[in-house]
Amino acid sequence: MNALAATLVLPLAGVFILAMIGHRRSAKTVNLVISTTTFVTALLLAIEVFHQGPILSASKLFYIDGFNVYLILLNAFVGMTTAIFSGPYMEHEVAIGRVDDGRMRLYYSMYQGFLFTMLMALSTNNLGILWVAVEGATLATVLLVSLYRTHESIEAGWKYFIICGVGISQALFGTILVYFAAVKIIPGSEEGLLWTVLQQHAARMDGGVMALAFVFLLVGYGTKVGLVPLHNWLPDAHSEGPTPMSAILSGLLLNIALYAVVRFKMLVDPALGHHLAGNLMMGFGMLSFSVAGLLLHRQYDVKRMFSYSSIEHMGLMTFAFGIGGPLATFGALLHMIVHSLTKSAIFITVGHATHVAGTQKMSEIRGLIRTQPFVGWGLLVGTCAIAGFPPFGVFTSEFLLFTATIKSYPWLAPALVLGLSIAFAGLFRNLQPMVFGEPPAGQKPVVANMWPVFIHLALVLWLGISIPTVLAQWLDQATVMLVGRGVL
Amino acid sequence: MLIASLSLPEQVVLTLAALILLSSFLLLAQVRLDSLINTFALQGLLIFFATVLMAFIAGKYHLLISAALTLFLKVFFIPGQLRLLVIRLDIRREVEVIGNPMLVMLFAAALVLFSYYVALPIRELSLLSTRNTIAISLAVVLIGMLIVISRRKAVAQVVGFMSMENGLFFAAVVSTYGMPMVVELGIAFDVLVAVILFGVFFFHIRTEIGSLDTDRLNHLTEVEK
Repeated sequence: MNALAATLVLPLAGVFILAMIGHRRSAKTVNLVISTTTFVTALLLAIEVFHQGPILSASKLFYIDGFNVYLILLNAFVGMTTAIFSGPYMEHEVAIGRVDDGRMRLYYSMYQGFLFTMLMALSTNNLGILWVAVEGATLATVLLVSLYRTHESIEAGWKYFIICGVGISQALFGTILVYFAAVKIIPGSEEGLLWTVLQQHAARMDGGVMALAFVFLLVGYGTKVGLVPLHNWLPDAHSEGPTPMSAILSGLLLNIALYAVVRFKMLVDPALGHHLAGNLMMGFGMLSFSVAGLLLHRQYDVKRMFSYSSIEHMGLMTFAFGIGGPLATFGALLHMIVHSLTKSAIFITVGHATHVAGTQKMSEIRGLIRTQPFVGWGLLVGTCAIAGFPPFGVFTSEFLLFTATIKSYPWLAPALVLGLSIAFAGLFRNLQPMVFGEPPAGQKPVVANMWPVFIHLALVLWLGISIPTVLAQWLDQATVMLVGRGVL
Repeated sequence: MLIASLSLPEQVVLTLAALILLSSFLLLAQVRLDSLINTFALQGLLIFFATVLMAFIAGKYHLLISAALTLFLKVFFIPGQLRLLVIRLDIRREVEVIGNPMLVMLFAAALVLFSYYVALPIRELSLLSTRNTIAISLAVVLIGMLIVISRRKAVAQVVGFMSMENGLFFAAVVSTYGMPMVVELGIAFDVLVAVILFGVFFFHIRTEIGSLDTDRLNHLTEVEK
């Protein structure tokens, strides 16, 4: 329990500390130390959960089980590795005069604030607090998206603020409806939003209200997941902000929103007794997956392209959770990890690549592998991993999903293969010249720390070859909670 | 289920609900920024009265805390903050042309009908006094969204956004006598931070494009310019 408290208090303290000293040279070290300590405490928490099973805090406000423990660990881990990357990256941005002292304080403070809200969203047992934390994550990042104060970044920030704010309001309406259904059957209304309580009574809740609630929740949190047609903010926000932000937005925030949807799905399914929630998710997922794959081909900005790839993968996960069944669900849970790790690795590499080339336009990024081999290779291997090449973990999860699709909805399998190949083509037509082309005269390597990228890709490779027993057990527990039976 | 069969306080709540819906329509049609902000404050005040009344009807006195929060945030702080910004940005008398106001109004009316249609399964479950109020609160949320969509000025969009928040709060009050206190406080905190951030954004947008007309925020596209 203490480990959980520390995991939440550390980043919260970081918000205030870094708001004061964020402009000093030592800030990047402080940021890294806080993030690393958070990761260590998250690890301790994971060990505790591994030995004791699910933990419910005394106040019933926090609940850690197989479903969220690995996401907490993932969050803290990516938070730490991105902090390693963010130090030199932001120093470079200061050096070329894109940000000043005040904004560096804002940046570091909100970096920790963002991690705090995400950890809060994952660990809370109260579905109302979940909403507050997800909205808090928007508020923490909105000024970071517009950090460079250019026309484009302010536009992206405003779009992000308004679209996500309006979207997430729908989710609050859904939450109110769930609470409404709950207080009808659960006496003691203060507990009517606790997930652990709701889960016990889910089967008795009114189906009509829950179905309506789920529609609002899916649209609301779905906006934040980046589901088509609610995705407009995502490529803008991910491409205009500083790259470390893109890495954690793409890698982590989207997962949190999907996590919220899935938590609610666990309550809605028993209440309804039929597959409405799943069908809705399949529809939205398939649409996002296909549209994003096609839009990959039209991109000119490297960060925008990888944002669309994020939409594509989030669509795939939503689709997988929608299919239900142990195999698809296990695949989707695994995909959440491997996508996060790979996508944040890619964004880190892209960050270095844009510094090498001095632009985000793909037509002007050329010959990375010759100018700076590590960056070139990082981008190449990362893109191979995200495109689903064996033996990387993305292949494993996509393969599980594909198998499940053939079993339950064989007529959707061709669409899935087609979508994956379209996305693959979209990524590689742009990647090839960036990595192998002729470097422009005078292109120089930059100071780059590629360790986070290698660690992430190595982990993805490891997950593709053999999933550690601990993780497999957690994923299986989560699968059992979601669909009633596991795969192991 | 005649209205007359309800107790007097319940009838008053229903009347207030109707007035809140009316204020949403006013927000939609109001073209001058300072009047828009005043109308928003009025909506907050109506919700405050409804909440106080609900607290006494149901005997749930923790609702009074929520009511006090609403009074502070929605009637004083947010409108005050917006007024201050509008004065500092010197756009108080600015008039906004709403494209096709007739169509927007008709659409809002359709949204009200839609809300009643959607709320049908809920109404059958609920108590008599809250029958209409859920539909109305949903309508307020949707009309708030319509304000955000149909307006071009950033300030008007923020008012629409906050009016959605009003609808949500009203929904929670009338359907479940408010959310648990910790959630209520969290939401209030988020709203507070959002207002401050909106203020910051106004200045950024103004410095960058010279006005608060969000139609000019159109640089980001899928194709290269």
